[in-house]
Amino acid sequence: MRGLQRGGAAIVGVAESDLGAVAELMSPIDLMAQGIQRALADCGLTLPEVDGLFCATTQARTSAMSLVEYLGLPNAYTDSTIVGGSSFEIHVAHALAAITTGQCSVAVIAYGSTQRTVGRRAASVREYNPYETPFKPFLPASAYALAASRHMHQFGTTREQLAEVAVAARQWALLNPAAWEKKPLTVAEVISAHPISDPFTVRDCCLVTDGGGAVIMTSVERAKTLKKPPIYVLGCGQSITHATISFMPDLTVTGAVESGRQAYAMAGMRAKDIDVVELYDAFTLNPILFLEDLGFCAKGEGGPFISGGRIAPGGALPVNTNGGGLSYCHPGMYGLFLLIEAVRQLRGEGGQRQVAGCETAIVHGNGGVLSAQSTVILGTQATL
Amino acid sequence: MDNAPTSPLATYLAHLEQGHLAYQFSPEAAAPVFFPRVICPKTGSTNLQWRISAGLGTVHSTTVVHPQQGAPYNIALIDVDEGFRMMSRVEDVPPEQVRIGMRVQFRVHRPGGDEPPCPVFTPLDPA
Repeated sequence: MRGLQRGGAAIVGVAESDLGAVAELMSPIDLMAQGIQRALADCGLTLPEVDGLFCATTQARTSAMSLVEYLGLPNAYTDSTIVGGSSFEIHVAHALAAITTGQCSVAVIAYGSTQRTVGRRAASVREYNPYETPFKPFLPASAYALAASRHMHQFGTTREQLAEVAVAARQWALLNPAAWEKKPLTVAEVISAHPISDPFTVRDCCLVTDGGGAVIMTSVERAKTLKKPPIYVLGCGQSITHATISFMPDLTVTGAVESGRQAYAMAGMRAKDIDVVELYDAFTLNPILFLEDLGFCAKGEGGPFISGGRIAPGGALPVNTNGGGLSYCHPGMYGLFLLIEAVRQLRGEGGQRQVAGCETAIVHGNGGVLSAQSTVILGTQATL
Repeated sequence: MDNAPTSPLATYLAHLEQGHLAYQFSPEAAAPVFFPRVICPKTGSTNLQWRISAGLGTVHSTTVVHPQQGAPYNIALIDVDEGFRMMSRVEDVPPEQVRIGMRVQFRVHRPGGDEPPCPVFTPLDPA
């Protein structure tokens, strides 16, 4: 993004809060605080050192204010930009700007959601839209389904290829002890599962879990003094093309083209330079679209590209190595978990699912109904 | 400056009440504008003309929603011939038989009660 400094700040701490189904009456801000405490422990910083708070949740109207109160940090620099699941990738760009211009020195990016406990409808109230609501689309699924139908029509993407995305995610999830799903999944099982909004069955749709977490960012100088190797922010990009699916400029081309272009330009990289890929998989169509739009394959070739286990464990391109929103965890705005997983991979903390020798990662957040796209490119010391 | 006497949505709904599918046209941008707004998103101009669509269009994409209770139903995006896209549903045909590329014709659906009228489409009979 314009004016941002490649490698100008680093991610030094990451952690999930409790995930899955959390304790009764736990609040979204409790989960943010839990994630912050664990992420601070991950890097060796302490709460009084935090002077920047970046956060988003659908369950608190003024989440930065709530978090400031909860943590007792009245002088913190705050930013609660919320554009759905990609909010946290945008927070990385904003935190980078804030750190390099001296607005804050230790920035926390936090998320919390109890949507499984309180119910999806209560956790994320949908605004009435006079041009869509009367037709009763099952949102967000129907919006993504309309994009999937169009992609299948235009490019010949198959039902089986969509299912393969879910199967690959499940295979990765089986290597992640923190994943919600614990059993194997087949293409046939995905296709024959309960239909939601054609072509999607319930297995094409992200999970509905609770969860939260935090990411700690600081200056390059300070990062070098902390517990773990810094993971540098090399590139950032953002594009918001629409808010409602009716007005998406092209159902088969997302703002990831533009957000990716910005992030690659800032990082001085291309798709072929990326070792590990973390894409917001709200639905099985998403990784297909984002692999196309981020330059891993040509437009329309995402279906054939992902087939044959290419993005599964042991495949040529490691994608969504934690099991993704489809099989690991999806509390509603999943983007923060993409950052956490990318950092763990770049640190070599992936355990059974570790991708060998990875130095660069692309993180791509998606918000709304393919609406708000944000890309972050991360790298180890070797990439500076 | 006086307040606007009516809103874009109220004007749109008043046309629907009359059985018309209305949209805006921006002369400066030489382009249709939909959904209706107070300014043109391309130029920022307040000069937006209301026009009535001929009510013909093509299915751009389609899905069948399977609700937890009740029968499956259609949701479609329609490319209206005057150059704008809108969400709607295609009626008079089983939801799974709605196809991308199908030619369709507008009609007003009046749900009754407090609900405003809404624009739906039906397959255009082959000539």
